[in-house]
Amino acid sequence: MDISAYWRTRKQRLSLTGEICPHCGAKLFPPRDICPHCGKPARTPYHFSGRGTVYSFSIVYNPPEGFEPFVPYVVALVKLEEGSLITAQLTDVEPECVYIGMPVEMVTRKMREEDEDGLVIYNYKFRPVLQPTSL
Amino acid sequence: MRDIYIVGIGQTKVGEHWDKSLRELSLEAIRQALEEAQIELPEALFVGNMLSGQLSNQQNLGALVADHAGLRHIEAIKVEAACASGGAALHMAYVAVASGLYDVVVACGVEKMTEAPPSKTTTALASAADALYEAEHGLSFVALNALLMRRYMHEYGYSREDFGNFAINAHRNAANNPCAMFPRAITQEAFIQAKMIADPISLLDSSAIGDGAAAVVVASEHFAKSRPLTPIRIAASALATDSVAIHDRPDPLFLQAAYLSSQKAYAQAQVGPEEIDFFELHDAFSIMAALSLEAAGFAPRGQGVRLAIENEISLQGRIPISTMGGLKARGHPVGATGIYQVVEAVLQLRGEAGANQLQGCRLGMTQNIGGSGAVAVTHILERVD
Repeated sequence: MDISAYWRTRKQRLSLTGEICPHCGAKLFPPRDICPHCGKPARTPYHFSGRGTVYSFSIVYNPPEGFEPFVPYVVALVKLEEGSLITAQLTDVEPECVYIGMPVEMVTRKMREEDEDGLVIYNYKFRPVLQPTSL
Repeated sequence: MRDIYIVGIGQTKVGEHWDKSLRELSLEAIRQALEEAQIELPEALFVGNMLSGQLSNQQNLGALVADHAGLRHIEAIKVEAACASGGAALHMAYVAVASGLYDVVVACGVEKMTEAPPSKTTTALASAADALYEAEHGLSFVALNALLMRRYMHEYGYSREDFGNFAINAHRNAANNPCAMFPRAITQEAFIQAKMIADPISLLDSSAIGDGAAAVVVASEHFAKSRPLTPIRIAASALATDSVAIHDRPDPLFLQAAYLSSQKAYAQAQVGPEEIDFFELHDAFSIMAALSLEAAGFAPRGQGVRLAIENEISLQGRIPISTMGGLKARGHPVGATGIYQVVEAVLQLRGEAGANQLQGCRLGMTQNIGGSGAVAVTHILERVD
C-alpha cells in the first residue's frame, strides 16, 4: 500500500468511519458516496460501533505475499450490528474456537510491515467479545 | 441481430509450459483455429488475459499477440475481467461481428501462471477481489471462496465431503481430454484427505493453476457458410456484473451476476435451462460449481450440491458439467478459461469429444465467472443442422 492510499483511507481503517444514507437510512461500510440501496447520494459520515457477529470464516494456510509469518490466520465476514458485512481478520482467538455467530468487536492492529519503505500498516481486526459491555 | 457462428477452434494443453511464453502459447492456439477455419487474416483480435502485467511484466497484449501470431496491423486489444477475461473477450468478438463492423474476428484467451513463485501468483489472483477492503486484509482468492463455502455448509447443512463429486466427476472426464492438465481419476478418499488451502477449501476443491491458450474464430453467417467445418451458432452471449467485494452483496450465497447473465442468455437464445444439454460451468472451486448450478437455474437454492451427490452432473446425468475436465482438472489458466470452455462445448456439439461425447446434444451452455462472482459471461451454443 502506498503512503497516500494509507493516509486517504485512515478514517475507514482506524475508526470504521462509513456513511449513512440521508434518504433511506442505510449504513454503508466501506463508504461509497452513492447508496447501493436507493441509488441516491450518501456522503454523511457515520461511525460504526465495531460490534458484530461472525457470518463466515476461513483459516488461511497459503497466504498472499507479506502474510507468510502469520499462517495460519483466521479471516472472516463479520455481520456488523448496523447490518453491513465487513471482511477482516480475527485476532486473539485460536482458529479451532471460531464459530459462526460468535460475538466479536473491532480492534486496531498492525497488519504487516511493507518491505520496501518500511511502512507499517495498521488496520482493523476483530476479536471475540471478552466481557459484556456495561453500557 | 444477425446470426454469429464459431468456425474454428484451437487450444494448447494446459500445464507447466516452461518452454513457451505468452506469445508461443497464443500463437499455437490462434494458428490452429485459423487453419481449421481456413482463414489467413481475421479483421480483429480480442485477447482475454488477466495476469500478464503482474506475472510477466507484459501489457499491451493485443498488439503483442497479434504481431506474433502473424496478424500485425489488425485491430487487437486485451480484454480483462479477472477470471472471466476469456469469456469477456469472446463477448467482445461477438459484439464486433453482431454490430456488422466485422465479418470474421478471433477471440483468444491466454495465461502464463507457473513461472512466478506461488505466493506471487496468489497475490496476483487476489487482485480479482477488492484490493482495499478484501485483499489488504490478507484474504487470498481461495479464502474468499472459502467464506462462501463455509456459510453455504452452515445454512444448508452440508459437510465438506458432500462436495467431493464435483472434483471426482471433473477428474474422471479429464482423463479422456488430451489437453487437460490433470488427466487422471481421483477417489473420494483422496478428496477427504486433501491438504487444506483455506479451510474448508482443500487442494481438491480448487482448480489447477496452469499455462495455456485457446482461441475461436467468430464469423458472420455469410462468412460461416463457406467454411469447411460444421459451424456452431452462438445463440447467446451475455455479460453481467455484481459488486466486486462479497461483503457488498445483500445475499452473498446467490451469484446475482451469474443469474442475470444466464437470464439474458436464455432470453437471447429463446430457451430455458431444461433445454440445455450440458453446462461448462466455472468450477474454480467446488462451491462455485454449486452456486453456478443454482444461479443458472439448474437447481433450487441450496440444492446445487445435491446434483453432485446424486451424480446428475456426470456424462450420463441430467445436466453434465465439466465434460472435458472443467477448471478443476483440465486446468484454469485464468484468462484463457472462458475460451477453453467454449472450445470444449464446440467439440461436444460437433461430435468430436471422443470418449466423453454426449449423444445427440444440440445446445451447450458455458459460464465464465470473474472474481468471487463479480462478472459472469454466459454463452449458449447451438448445433444447427
